[in-house]
Formats: sequence, structure tokens, C-alpha cells
Amino acid sequence: MIARLRKYLPGGRWAVIAPPYFWMLLFFAVPFLIALKISFSSIVIAMPPYTPLTEWVGDTLQLKLNLKNYLFLLRDPLYVNAYLSSLKIALISTLLCLLVGYPIAYAIARLPAASRNTALMLVVLPSWTSFLIRIYAWIGILKNNGLLNNFLIWLGVIDEPLKILHTPVAVYIGIVYAYLPFMILPLYTNLVKHDHRLIEAAYDLGCRPWQAFLRITLPLSRAGIIAGSMLVMIPAVGEFVIPELMGGADTLMIGRQLWVEFFNNRDWPVASAVAIVMLVLLIVPMMIFHHYQSKELEGRLA
Amino acid sequence: MNATKPSWFSHSALALGFAFLYLPMLILIIYSFNESRLVTVWSGFSLKWYGELFRDQQMIDAAKVSLQIAFMTACASVVLGTMAAMVMTRFRQFPGKAMFSALMTAPLVMPEVITGLSILLLFVAMGQTFGLFQERGVTTIWIAHVTFCVAFVTVVISSRMSELDRSLEEAAMDLGANRVKVFFLITLPIIAPALASGWLLAFTLSLDDLVISSFVSGPSSTTLPMKVFSSVRMGVSPKINALATLMIAIVSIAAFLGWWLMAREEKQRQRDMQLALQQGG
Repeated sequence: MIARLRKYLPGGRWAVIAPPYFWMLLFFAVPFLIALKISFSSIVIAMPPYTPLTEWVGDTLQLKLNLKNYLFLLRDPLYVNAYLSSLKIALISTLLCLLVGYPIAYAIARLPAASRNTALMLVVLPSWTSFLIRIYAWIGILKNNGLLNNFLIWLGVIDEPLKILHTPVAVYIGIVYAYLPFMILPLYTNLVKHDHRLIEAAYDLGCRPWQAFLRITLPLSRAGIIAGSMLVMIPAVGEFVIPELMGGADTLMIGRQLWVEFFNNRDWPVASAVAIVMLVLLIVPMMIFHHYQSKELEGRLA
Repeated sequence: MNATKPSWFSHSALALGFAFLYLPMLILIIYSFNESRLVTVWSGFSLKWYGELFRDQQMIDAAKVSLQIAFMTACASVVLGTMAAMVMTRFRQFPGKAMFSALMTAPLVMPEVITGLSILLLFVAMGQTFGLFQERGVTTIWIAHVTFCVAFVTVVISSRMSELDRSLEEAAMDLGANRVKVFFLITLPIIAPALASGWLLAFTLSLDDLVISSFVSGPSSTTLPMKVFSSVRMGVSPKINALATLMIAIVSIAAFLGWWLMAREEKQRQRDMQLALQQGG
């Protein structure tokens, strides 16, 4: 009897697949659909503060898709500028991260095997302490009467304190500092696999070190560069904490704008529309990231 | 890459890199022992900010809430993450596998404001339709944290699982063990270190999260990052330096212990291997 029933029950495989699958579908995928739905409704003063999309009028079920929120985002230069400036800030910080992270990852990959893991641990260790606290540390350094300004005045390099905190420069420093490990780890994973004999062969054939780097190491590390850049760029576009604490009032970033719409203006429909547009902008970078990430995982599946 | 003679370039890259990573932390620690309220002027050694920190009942309550959520998040994420890693590395095609792997990688990069807002909207919709999650608080924060932590734990565990030598599992299977038995007797003990690092990763990610928690928390559940954020917004305070120093100390000690245990295990393994080789020869 039980054996016969078993035939109709999903196999043991599904007992392993179902719990994580169901969890992520319900709590990660479905929420985006709900955000999409609410982005088409209008704000009302009620709890929850948005109107339903469907309504019974007599015998007909009416579906009202309100495009007002999207038109608002399109027409208000604040939002267009916020999207553009988020993309710009994220791109520049990613580039800076790459410039700072690549030499470090390269140097770690060339260390003797025994010390590589220790060096990697030292790279990751700061990110196990609090993110907020790392940002807080830089506020103390970059303030007008902070350590950096005091130090430069003491050296006699400057007479007036430089205004760094609450400018875009501070945001770049914050993002590079906070996201650096995410750049270094995938770069290292890639660089450590390179066969150094290729470089030696290039040297033997008369290549200069920088030529060998540009022609061999750099192209071979493409996958690592892309993975690291995506890991930095995508979350940086939606970053809230760093522009809020280190940027100025005029540092526009879309994550900050979403926060303001949701928490200060309590306009859930517009906040949802902001999120959906951000998601649409990020979908291509996310697919690129997913492509490299799944190749990394499934490539090893024999 | 083979180890070669490290060049001056490598040395200076490492020195500058580590200086960049660690100098801000070092400054933070030094100024936590500062007498003055001004964070940038040194006026003598004092422990008074630690005293103030421990007298701040709100801060302590927030820390308790955060630790509780982080513990529950880490446990649930490791269970779900191990299952997901099994699926990613051991299961061949099944309907919806592409979707499954997309769901497991997207949270790694998804901006937190999007995740936080969307999952809150889900909780509100479920509250309206089914009467669930009417009261937001520890449970809703826990669910939201597990959702983004599972992805990270899955990466850690599946990279260990894909390196694992499959012949052990196959041998056990040939000897008549079923899949469940093989998993608990063979696979699980081998991947245990990865489970431990996945657990710790989820614990720290949850303990650190501000944005997602802010969206899904309720009136009675302020987490530590939420408390720190609101006090940093008010301005710098040496109390936060004291808190930072304690956190850095705990993390460093834990990391050192982990590093030491791993190094010891590695030495033991090499000794065993040498012994086996000598006996074999």
C-alpha cells in the first residue's frame, strides 16, 4: 500500500530541492511581483497606504494600472539625475576598487602557498566587523576637524581644512573601503590558478614585465575581473548607508531616494516604482554575474 | 600560480593594501581609550566610554535582539544552504533548475533597499490576505535575513562540495548505503568545516544588517546596527568607538582561533600522510 502510494509522491530528490526552492520563491521572488503590483497603485492615507488594483464595479472586475508613479519618475529630474548619478558613482568606485584590489590580489596569489590563506584572511577580517563601524571610522578621519585634516595642517601642506566629508570623494572612499574584499576574493581565485610558466616563457622570448602582464595575465584574469566588478558595482548602485552618512545633501543616489520615499514620505507606490526601475536597470549586470557565477559552480560538476 | 621571488611591487602592494584596510580600525581602537569627548583630540587614557557603553540599556537590549536573530538566522541558513548546495553540485537537470540557481545567486548582489522593501510588501500583503505577520519584529527580521544569507552560505558550501572526492560517496553507495545514509555518514563529516564557516558567515551578515532590518522591523525590535546608525547620524561619539573596539576584539579572537585550529589540523594531516607513506614504503 505504502509502496504503491510512494509512486505518486515526489521522489526523495524533491525533499531536498523543495525547502530551499520554496523558501526563495516565496521570500525572494514573489516579493518582487508584489512590488511590481504596488508600483501601479496610488497612495492613500490608510494602512497599508496604497489602493487595490482590482475593483468590482457591478458585475465587472476592473483592473486599474496606474502609470502615474512611473511618469512621475520620468518627469521629475530629481529621479533621472539620481539614477544617473548612482550609475556614475557605482562605475567610478568599481574602477577604483579594481585599481586598488588588483595589485593586492596579484601579490597574494604570488605569495608562498603557506602564507596565502593567512593573507586572504587578513583581507576578509575587516568585513566581519560591522559595516557601519568601518564607515564610522572614516567619518572620524575625513571630518573637517578630523585626523587627516589635522595631520595635513600639522605637516604644513594646507592652512585651511579640506572639505572631504559630505562630498562625492568621501562616498568613493567609503565604497572602495567597504567593498574591497568583494573585489579581491574573485580576482585572487582567478589569479592563483594561472600557470606562471607562461610568464616565464614570455620573458624568455623577450617580453618586458608590463608587456607580459598586459598580454597574458590581464586577459587570462577576465572572468575574475568581471565577477569582482559585478560584486561591487551592482550593490553599490543601490547603496544607502554610505551616501547617507558620508555624502552631502546633494549627493544623489537612488537607494537614498527610495529610503526617503518609503520612510519619510510614506509613499509606498512611488518607492516600489523606484525599486522596479532600479531592478530593470540592474538586470543585465545581474545576468552577467549569474552567468560567471554558475559557470564557476557547475564547471566543476563532473 | 607558482610562488616566485616576491618583487618590490608585490611587497609594496601588500603593505599599502593592508595599511589602507587596517589603519582606520587602528585609529578607531586608539580613540576608544580617549578621555575627551572629542573623537579627534587626545587628552589622556581612560576607560570611561566602555563604562558608558555598558550602562546604555537601549544599546544592550539592541545587542541582545541582534544576537538572538543572528543565531537563529545562521542555523536556518546552514540547513537550507546545505540542501541548496547539494542541489547545485550533485543534482543533474530537473525542471526549474535554471530558476533555482538564479534564485541562489541573485541575493548575492541585489541592492539591500530593493530586497528590504519587497519583502516588507510581501509581509504586509500576507497580513492582509491571511492574517500572517500582523506584528512585525524578530520573526520577520529572521525570515528576511535567512533569505539573503542562504545565498552566501550556499556559495561557501557548494564550493567545498564540488572539490570533494566523489569516490568515497560512490564506494559507500556500492556497499549498499542509501543516499540519506551516505550523506549523514560520509558527506556531512567531510563538509563540516564548510558548514562551520557558512554558519559564521551568516551570523556576521545578520548581525551586521541595517537596511533590510529597518524595513521589516517592528516597534519592539530595534537591532544593534539600527541603534548604532541612529547614534552615528547624531554625530560621532566615543561610545561607538568603544563598541567598535569590542567587536574588532571578538572577531579577531574568533578568527585567530579558527586559523590556529585549521593550521593544527593541516599539520596533523600532513604528519598522518607522511606516516602512511613511510609505512607503505
